[in-house]
Amino acid sequence: MSSPSRKFYEFFGLERKLDLDENTLQKRFYELSREWHPDRFSRKGPEESARAMENTAIINDGYRTLRDPVKRAEYLLTEEGFPIGEQRSKDVPPELLEEVFELNMALEEMRSGDESARPQLEEAKAKFVGMRGEIDGQLKSLFAKYDASDSESETAKQALHEIRGVLNRRRYIENLIRDVDKALNPAISAGETLEDQL
Amino acid sequence: MGTFQIDFGEDRHSKIVGIDLGTTNSLIAVMDLTGPRILEDAAGRKIVPSVVSSLRDGRLVAGEPARELLLTSPEQTVYSVKRLMGRGVSDVQDELKLFPFRVAGDSESVIKLQLGSRTYTPPEISAVVLRQLKDNAEAALGAPVSQAVITVPAYFNDAQRQATKDAGRLAGLEVLRLVNEPTAASLAYGLDKRKEGIIAVYDFGGGTFDVSILRLHDGIFEVLATNGDTHLGGDDIDNLLLRIAIEDIGSDGGPSIADDPEGVQRLRRAVILAKEELSFAPEAKISLDYKGTEYQRIIDRPLFERLIAPIVERTLDPCRACLADAKLTPEDIDEVVMVGGSTRIPLVRTAVERLFKAKPHTELNPDEVVALGAAVQAGILAGDVQDQLLLDVTPLSLGIETMGGVVSKLIHRNSTIPASATESFTTAVDGQRNVLIHVLQGERELVKDCRSLARFDLKDIDPVPAGFARIEVRFLIDANGILNVTAKDARTGKEQSVEVKPSYGLSEEQVEAMIQESFDRAEEDLRERQMREARVEADSILLATEKAQKNDAWQNLTPEERGTIEKAKQDIQAVYNGSDYRLLNEKIEALNHATQNLAENMMNTAVRGALKGTKID
Repeated sequence: MSSPSRKFYEFFGLERKLDLDENTLQKRFYELSREWHPDRFSRKGPEESARAMENTAIINDGYRTLRDPVKRAEYLLTEEGFPIGEQRSKDVPPELLEEVFELNMALEEMRSGDESARPQLEEAKAKFVGMRGEIDGQLKSLFAKYDASDSESETAKQALHEIRGVLNRRRYIENLIRDVDKALNPAISAGETLEDQL
Repeated sequence: MGTFQIDFGEDRHSKIVGIDLGTTNSLIAVMDLTGPRILEDAAGRKIVPSVVSSLRDGRLVAGEPARELLLTSPEQTVYSVKRLMGRGVSDVQDELKLFPFRVAGDSESVIKLQLGSRTYTPPEISAVVLRQLKDNAEAALGAPVSQAVITVPAYFNDAQRQATKDAGRLAGLEVLRLVNEPTAASLAYGLDKRKEGIIAVYDFGGGTFDVSILRLHDGIFEVLATNGDTHLGGDDIDNLLLRIAIEDIGSDGGPSIADDPEGVQRLRRAVILAKEELSFAPEAKISLDYKGTEYQRIIDRPLFERLIAPIVERTLDPCRACLADAKLTPEDIDEVVMVGGSTRIPLVRTAVERLFKAKPHTELNPDEVVALGAAVQAGILAGDVQDQLLLDVTPLSLGIETMGGVVSKLIHRNSTIPASATESFTTAVDGQRNVLIHVLQGERELVKDCRSLARFDLKDIDPVPAGFARIEVRFLIDANGILNVTAKDARTGKEQSVEVKPSYGLSEEQVEAMIQESFDRAEEDLRERQMREARVEADSILLATEKAQKNDAWQNLTPEERGTIEKAKQDIQAVYNGSDYRLLNEKIEALNHATQNLAENMMNTAVRGALKGTKID
């Protein structure tokens, strides 16, 4: 997605760590915005304005990427030559096969208006949310492992490799949660029904 | 006549104005040393109704005169045109059932409205309102105005924003920034005095609904999420009451008012008065004297609230979605700001208070707060306001069409703008020279469920084997929320030409042509004015000559001189009703010249008469 030439860490003046302090990042974001926002350059010439817009786009794209642990990890993986794009498979993790099969049936029932599937779906959701929590725990320790090692070392490469696997699993579970949410509560999880009126 | 210009050291730059271009009403404001201030017209009115009417001579007028004309010549008048900005004919079928828009037959991706003998696009109509505001501001400031900040509903899509920008250009304004209405309102409230906190802005206007949630941090207004409905507003409440009243009148066995545009507009106004009264009175009467019959209907608050509850409810879903997007709960909201005339309705206030569990701010006039905020933003751009900064978001996700009619999202909704994404494209056939990229806005998965924004044609790609070309396309949403696309060939690094084909909206060429046309028309107007002035001049010289011909001096002229004057008089008459003011001025000059002797003679006679009996020592 983001062009590799855009060095978010460097722009924010931050060390290339996976575990970032949210407050520091936000503070930098506000400082950089005050410095570069196009509003500050509207009386300047076209070149300076264009540069302000370019830089602000990098600041905003960078903040959006770095403040979210998952996006941040995906960005760093890509930067370090572990692209996640091709790995995005729809394959069900083997340990979830049976579970997903039953879930899909329940989702079908719910979507066709059969409310009796609701308790089962709610239970499934709780379970997946729990799994996501576990995964986030794993990520946190893998982040620490990466941050503690020399970024060129084998340990670091190993950590990134593991992170990529965990991220794929997380994405799969995240999608399941989203599907269940949608079936349970079509109105709110949308933003979507609203655009119908556009 | 010359007036004193007091120089406050702002000679280098003229004022940037802030404009609230509303569905129902528009206002213009500037930033003063003491703060933002609404500019009034010559009659002391702040509000310019967003109504445009075509006069018999084809001239367009906006504001209060047009609002009056809505009652007497509704067929020559347009209101609520903001609902049509940036939309195609197929988008507005529902709207057309409720609003008396006269869509011209040749409308396609841009709607054209019949107004008098001509058709106009919505940006052209809006430009008339903007021009009126500009005129008012120039008169109030005593200085020309050429740059503006214009507000738009936060939930406006790219085409609607572009149409608003086009309207500004057509009105002779450089639009320095489009600002989202709820965000502008938060600036006006000066909520930065509260250093930290989360606020929600609930903006329920005449035709649009927006909700935005912001984090305030030391003068930075960071929008966390926004949501809304660009076709939900006080208009809908009016239409609801109007339908009831029309049914009532129909059922009385009287003449059918629905087929009488003038009657409907008068009834609409009666309904609006009743609606407004219901905001502070327990009941109100819709009353109309129609074709000799008195129609009256009392509506009390409980009935009114039952009627409008579904509309109010429709505003709450976007609020909940906005909270969810901001990853917040109602308990996180510290303050709520109310914007837009419809927030005067007590039911709206209670509903908002209940949802956000916070007492809504209503200190500022909800009709004025957006324009005031626009002026603050103008002050920020001018550098006069240093400590505040607005970080806004894009309301809708942006994506491109991929295989199977699926949309691949590039920039997600609620991303802080400017925001960008880069995507690589290649060719599918050997020697392929063009790649067409279809860009869409919306949250749904399929192309057919999203809003087509434009098609970008990457042209003149180097002819190489299939899959070899690598074109990097950068999608950048600027600070106005408008998409800019650039492309370069990743192999050669050279800039790739991109042709934009907007799905809804005017092309650059069309806007240019319209601006040219408005120049031409301005020239025509100027010529006409000069002709009128020349006629006034001719009238006065003809009158003076006729008077002089009764004077003794006339008889003292030679017959040739008298003949020349008579001839010059006839020459003026001959071109008097023409359209060439230069020719008329020439003839006036000729008569002036021919009567010089006569005038001198008269003067001498007068002087002699005056001197008679006066002894000169």
